[in-house]
Amino acid sequence: MGRTLTEKVWEDHLVHSGEGAEPDLLYIDLHLVHEVTTPQAFEGLRLAGRRVRRPDLTLGTEDHNVPTTDVELPIADPVSRTQVETMRSNCAEFGVPLYPMNHAEQGIVHVVGPQLGLTQPGMTVVCGDSHTSTHGAFGALAFGIGTSEVEHVLATQTLPLRRFATMAINVTSPDGRLRPGVTSKDVVLAMIAQIGTGGGQGYVLEYRGNVIENLSMEARMTICNMSIEAGARAGMIAPDETTFAYLKGRDHAPQGADWDAAVASWRELRTDADATFDAEVDIDASALTPFVTWGTNPGQGVPLGERVPDPATIVDENERAAAEKALAYMDLAAGTPLREVAVDTVFVGSCTNGRIEDLRAAAEVIEGRKVADGVRMLVVPGSMRVRFQAEAEGLDAVFTAAGADWRSAGCSMCLGMNPDQLAPGERSASTSNRNFEGRQGRGSRTHLVSPLVAAATAVRGTLSSPEDLD
Amino acid sequence: MEPFRSHTGIGVPLRRSNVDTDQIIPAVYLKRVTRTGFEDGLFHAWRQQPDFILNIEPFSRGSVLVAGPDFGTGSSREHAVWALQDYGFRVVIASRFGDIFRGNSGKQGLLAAQVAQPDVELLWKLLENDPGTEVTVDLMEKTVQARDLTVAFGIDDYTRWRLLEGLDDIGLTLRHAEDIAAFEATRLARLPVTSAP
Repeated sequence: MGRTLTEKVWEDHLVHSGEGAEPDLLYIDLHLVHEVTTPQAFEGLRLAGRRVRRPDLTLGTEDHNVPTTDVELPIADPVSRTQVETMRSNCAEFGVPLYPMNHAEQGIVHVVGPQLGLTQPGMTVVCGDSHTSTHGAFGALAFGIGTSEVEHVLATQTLPLRRFATMAINVTSPDGRLRPGVTSKDVVLAMIAQIGTGGGQGYVLEYRGNVIENLSMEARMTICNMSIEAGARAGMIAPDETTFAYLKGRDHAPQGADWDAAVASWRELRTDADATFDAEVDIDASALTPFVTWGTNPGQGVPLGERVPDPATIVDENERAAAEKALAYMDLAAGTPLREVAVDTVFVGSCTNGRIEDLRAAAEVIEGRKVADGVRMLVVPGSMRVRFQAEAEGLDAVFTAAGADWRSAGCSMCLGMNPDQLAPGERSASTSNRNFEGRQGRGSRTHLVSPLVAAATAVRGTLSSPEDLD
Repeated sequence: MEPFRSHTGIGVPLRRSNVDTDQIIPAVYLKRVTRTGFEDGLFHAWRQQPDFILNIEPFSRGSVLVAGPDFGTGSSREHAVWALQDYGFRVVIASRFGDIFRGNSGKQGLLAAQVAQPDVELLWKLLENDPGTEVTVDLMEKTVQARDLTVAFGIDDYTRWRLLEGLDDIGLTLRHAEDIAAFEATRLARLPVTSAP
């Protein structure tokens, strides 16, 4: 019987096949590390007298804690500074390459790996960060791990894992296109609303169908990035010509005869026609419109043109209670048209939507317009490379002319570990991935949106799409 | 890791679904480089509310948390497990768990016991009607018992074995050191390395 893409990559990395209840032992091709989930792992190695087995397959960056202003100065927050300094001393001690703050290659770990060409089809990629699923857009098996597992990979370059189940997410439309103003962010928000935040638990999601095939690599990364928000272990997309074109010539991509051999082997990385998935979900993208969340988990989303839902109409008791709590936290009344919800802040950035195409999309909407009075707009490139590229294209000038803040690279307001936070009670339209209570600062209220909706919202001050603009 | 066989302690009913790891411990606590002392961050925002369950005696002394479905979703932060343990929890019961959280729990010796939602509801009612009720979680028998109520829980056999024996994963993996070396010898030379090209 045929095999799925997930099964092919899995079997290519089997160091030891588990028997009975014992898990398989999988080899890890690329281990990305950052300052937040590693200090205790390095400390564990030190206490056990262990080394990093493959520093040449390990790469560090500083992203979660770093400020996005004054990056040439020491970090003002002493706790953040200690964590970043600990990262530097750990990487130096164990021989792990590191792109620190203010380095031209610094950035969010899930932006850095792909842009360097380190993330390649068929690889296994892990990181102590749940959004590692991003790298699955290349046909890599990529997933987030905890700090114990980080230590395990540092020590052994392997992970004990039980096989993941597989779920096909078929995204189609008659012409394979999304409607104007609709992005891959809207696709993934609609998918999560459809299957729920637990719908993907235990699964690797393989995104397929003509809509997926027509997406750019960066748009694919946005979708795979948010697989975890449906509870999935990973998201994957089979590599194709779009993937190869993106990778060709990148710093760590194979060259010459190696490139040809690599592409030939990557072409085999497709789910066989006679393979079966453990589950399948169909997403009809033909009717899809911009999507926005109203609640406090990423599954609580509806089309922007709709109203805040009424919890009384929800049948499931737990879901209803969750919706009531969410509306109270979000300070929203059931029945309010979402287009009437006013925001204080617009955040464009994160590992979900902090790449050059995202910035171009937002800039195109806001060019020649102004950020609404009383609204703050923060534009944070996903990496320094993205920042330099955007500046070369003049996007920074577009944003600053509109009244937005143009920043240096990092995770920033996605999770508010640095000074970029919402004040209690403040509301944002955010291109990030999580609308959890307090995610963007204590008492913060988050609406997840695409870069297009973010930019239009900045102009009007209420949740909006570009078609709402004059 | 200490072996886990059975545990008895005060049960805490947490009537919330989708308790993500940002709620279990907010990001601001993740800046620490130490491995202990995360109890002050546990459910930090909710603990500001006087009527939150952990602010009520005797639940504040609880060690068995009984939560709604999809507990531990979201961020991979193992700090969520550390915070629960540092506070004093040994067991979390829910009908569904976030995959990464469940894995992290197993690595650290926090028992994530999967109990069917109707049984969770029975436990909630019992614990709410009689605060301070002790719950016994028996990993040998895979049962949760409180007063005259006994329900079964699910856990994968391998994690159960490791918890019962108190085994450490890295030690188990290093028994396959020769397999790892043999695999590495077959890896293609064109695969990328992280040093600057």
